[in-house]
Amino acid sequence: MEVHQHPEKKYYLITDESRCKGCGLCIAFCPKNCLGFSDEYNDKGWRVAKMQRMRDCIKCYMCERSCPDFAIFIDENEQTEKEELLKEEKTQEEKKN
Amino acid sequence: MTIKLQPKVLTGTHFKNGNWAIVEGAIASGIAEFFAYPISPASEIVEYVTYRLPAVGGKAAFIVEDEIASINMCIGASWAGSKVMTATSGPGFSLKQEGLGLAYMTETPLVCVNIQRGGPSTGLPTFSAQGDYMQVQFGSHGDYPAIALTPWSVQECFDLTITAFNISEQVRSPVILLLDGDVGRMMEQIEIPKKEDLVIINRKRPPPGTDKNSFKQFDITGQDDLVPPMAHFGEGYHIFGTGLTHKDSGVPLLDEDLHSELIHRLYKKVEINNHLYPKPEEYYLEDAEVIVIATGISARSALQAVLDAREEGLKAGLLRLITVWPFPKEQIEELAQRAELVVAEMSMGQLIWPVERYARKPCLLVSRIGGTPPSPAMILEGLKKARKK
Amino acid sequence: MTAKKKTNEIDTSTMVKNPPKKFHHPYDELLRKYAIPTIYCPGCGIGTTIQAFLEAITKYTDIPHENIIVISGIGCTGRASGYINLDGFHAIHGRAIPFASGVEIARPDIKPVIISGDGDLFSIGMGHLAHAARRNIDMTVIVINNSIYGLTGGQDAPTTPVGALTKTTPYGKISYPFNLSQIAIANGATFCARYTVYEFTPLAKAIARGMNHQGFSFIEVISNCHVNFGRRNNLGDAIAMRKQFKKARVRMTEKDINKDWHKTDIEFKVGVGFTKIPTGIFLEEKERPIEFSERIVNAYEIKKS
Repeated sequence: MEVHQHPEKKYYLITDESRCKGCGLCIAFCPKNCLGFSDEYNDKGWRVAKMQRMRDCIKCYMCERSCPDFAIFIDENEQTEKEELLKEEKTQEEKKN
Repeated sequence: MTIKLQPKVLTGTHFKNGNWAIVEGAIASGIAEFFAYPISPASEIVEYVTYRLPAVGGKAAFIVEDEIASINMCIGASWAGSKVMTATSGPGFSLKQEGLGLAYMTETPLVCVNIQRGGPSTGLPTFSAQGDYMQVQFGSHGDYPAIALTPWSVQECFDLTITAFNISEQVRSPVILLLDGDVGRMMEQIEIPKKEDLVIINRKRPPPGTDKNSFKQFDITGQDDLVPPMAHFGEGYHIFGTGLTHKDSGVPLLDEDLHSELIHRLYKKVEINNHLYPKPEEYYLEDAEVIVIATGISARSALQAVLDAREEGLKAGLLRLITVWPFPKEQIEELAQRAELVVAEMSMGQLIWPVERYARKPCLLVSRIGGTPPSPAMILEGLKKARKK
Repeated sequence: MTAKKKTNEIDTSTMVKNPPKKFHHPYDELLRKYAIPTIYCPGCGIGTTIQAFLEAITKYTDIPHENIIVISGIGCTGRASGYINLDGFHAIHGRAIPFASGVEIARPDIKPVIISGDGDLFSIGMGHLAHAARRNIDMTVIVINNSIYGLTGGQDAPTTPVGALTKTTPYGKISYPFNLSQIAIANGATFCARYTVYEFTPLAKAIARGMNHQGFSFIEVISNCHVNFGRRNNLGDAIAMRKQFKKARVRMTEKDINKDWHKTDIEFKVGVGFTKIPTGIFLEEKERPIEFSERIVNAYEIKKS
């Protein structure tokens, strides 16, 4: 899994090389030209899609929705931040007890 | 519209025909759905069940658009948890073959009634025959172990229907109830016992407390009878079934060794549960020098022939088969060693194939097609001819 | 204000070397992970439709997942039930709908969703579709129409357009194709929608709307089979075909159609490709029609004497 984070908005874009088949749909349909093909091949022999310009990403979800193989998706950081907060609270509580 | 609730088991003495008895046997076994297509001579079953099933609180009995739809609906309803049955005759049975193959491959319990009529093709719709015997085992493509029962009286139509449902639930396999048209339509006295005296068996279910996420629909671990417990749709097990060769979780995997293992296991499963299938009936076999093998209405004619032969001093006997698939080979092997064998059937010679195979010697065929079983006189002549050898 | 110049410079600074947690696709729970990656060709529309279906059952409908079962027939689309982690069944060719009817009649609380191909449901399975629609059985049929028999290598289907080149029409298809939505409606479907795989969110919402609808719901998905259909007819790869869907789609509502179902015909020009694909929600019976299982229950009352 390759994870990219937007520098200001903090949401993540994740690509899963084990699932990607290099069809190019996410690359072609990204309105901001953020994605591109990698130079290397994955285990199955495909040239996978990679995030190349995360700064330009506008979280439109076109890549996630075009992908037929569940290989690219966005993670809205609010949930991750919430989880981190809950985890921290839990460890604090455990330390107290 | 208001209909009166009727009891599921009509205890008492009746004078009815075989088709009626089959429906009563199915209702007593607890079917919830019935799907079929009208076809002579099985239409009577469908008509009677659409009247009877709603009145006992059953869910649905329908005429559906074609024979293929009926078998597939039965498989769907069985996977959703119901006991189901369908009824047809020759042309319909031919159409159902692909569906039956799917039922065998996915180990789906169901009962399919085939009331044989003159064939091939449209043939003689209202005349009896016994020409679908081989089709039960070899009608669908590929290798699968068939289970089929053949009654010879109206009483047996009732009893064997219940047995067929019990076998299909215990072995988790389709069971064919193979009748000839005469047995389906003849009228005889029939005794239906009290509800408490009937033995009704249901399929093996996953034991309580099973982890639903790791349950496997075709897993025989710990099952001595090689029958996997069956989960149903809508219970949270996330089961999967397919006609493709599959692993014990139901997931398809096109692998040579897996396929061989699966098919061998299906055959072994039917073989290992042999004690559940009705054994053949013996008449005058102890000292018999010539034995006739027959089923259904032909067996009734053969019994008369045996009695006539005994009167003339010929030591004849009858072996009446009730379970016709899997073929009762041990009995034939044993009898062939001490007697000549004759096969009487209403076909060009189908039952004689496994008989000769296991007898390992030529047997005489007394065959008659067109609607009437071989007469006692014909069979008697056959017995004499075989004895002379 | 000048527009940002599109650049192809690669910026690796945004890569996270140590991710804070193990990320997984939002629909991973609903996939049988041992089966992923799928057998589908890169760019196949079926994968996108499966994702649209998973979004529909996650975001746009409240039907409990335990009560949904996915049934498919034989074909590339037929593999879909094997990838979705719900109760499923892979029926024989053309018989997904009677199987689903049997399940629904036995357990009316279960919602069958049939995901199957145009060949499976409208060639061999045509009779069953007609009767299930006529009975108004409560099921949702998602037919993925790629105008070809894909899994077997590219033979022509009843939906292949006139003049198209396939493995079994090497000189061009002679007979005319079906309009699947028209057939479903003519046979009694009470909900009918069509979308292309390019229109992901409307498709997901239509699937959910169809599932919420009580009765026979029909959703036609125009999909790209660029390997077996597009390649032989110069339609390009997956990207080119989906761009063509984007250009050819024409939104139509029930009012626009005004009962003239021929307006929903798909137009295809040899050498060019799809020129007009009407999409939208074509039919939604506003008065709640009585679906089949309910009618069974209401048909009679049993009097216990």
